[in-house]
Amino acid sequence: MVHWTAEEKQLIASVWSKVNVEECGAEALARLLIVYPWTQRFFSSFGNLSSPTAILGNPKVRAHGRKVLTSFGEAVKNLDNIKATFSKLSELHCEKLHVDPENFRLLGDILIIVLASHFARDFTPACQFAWQKLVNVVAHALARKYH
Amino acid sequence: MTLTQAEKAAVVAIWTKVATQADAIGAESLERLFSSYPQTKTYFPHFDLSQGSAQLRGHGSKVMNAIGEAVKNVDDIRGALAKLSELHAYILRVDPVNFKLLSHCILCSVAARYPSDFTPEVHAAWDKFLSSVSSVLTEKYR
Repeated sequence: MVHWTAEEKQLIASVWSKVNVEECGAEALARLLIVYPWTQRFFSSFGNLSSPTAILGNPKVRAHGRKVLTSFGEAVKNLDNIKATFSKLSELHCEKLHVDPENFRLLGDILIIVLASHFARDFTPACQFAWQKLVNVVAHALARKYH
Repeated sequence: MTLTQAEKAAVVAIWTKVATQADAIGAESLERLFSSYPQTKTYFPHFDLSQGSAQLRGHGSKVMNAIGEAVKNVDDIRGALAKLSELHAYILRVDPVNFKLLSHCILCSVAARYPSDFTPEVHAAWDKFLSSVSSVLTEKYR
């Protein structure tokens, strides 16, 4: 089980309370597809991903980004039980979606950069530390049921 | 991996702003690195790594100056950083995985200070550019 200090929990909660899940999620997924174009391999059904502008405006990207970040919010709500929270999703990503877990790490780091750009000086090194820990734990939980 | 003309332009454009705060950004990036990835401190047992330390600021400046050189010579990063590449390969021998970690922290610092300039296109160009720099610095390792 992951141990969270009171400070880490507070840093995570305070950032999360100010996150616009729809905007942030859309931006994080869009940046993933733009910065690491090979990740587009999972989204051939999403339509036009031919340019950064197309990706940013793509309604399927926005909707899916929101879905992903909403799911991430479950981790924030269940910090002491992230493994169980993502157990079924882990199986899904392995068995149905066939997503290399490296992509969870890529998206986690992109999310951190999006948070840095939104919260600027408030996204202190201590804040980043807590969130890096969280995205690592989530990535690990999502990879845990792979076989 | 080569940068397109558009990517080079994006790198150079934001650099003119970043350069005005290069030292502070360098120090902040290192602070983020040592805080989020404590294992990176193993390369600096001889440093005072406390926040605001002169050594931290000095080293941050060094790193950003080198990046500045790469920006100025974006068409020949390998040539511009040849000496640094040898230094890292034969003397410093920083494990290659750490270049990704520092690059990520530099991107965080830049994003935090220039959110409206740090568009997805600029983000992509800088990620690729820092990746190029990292490749050059590790290409003589073996």
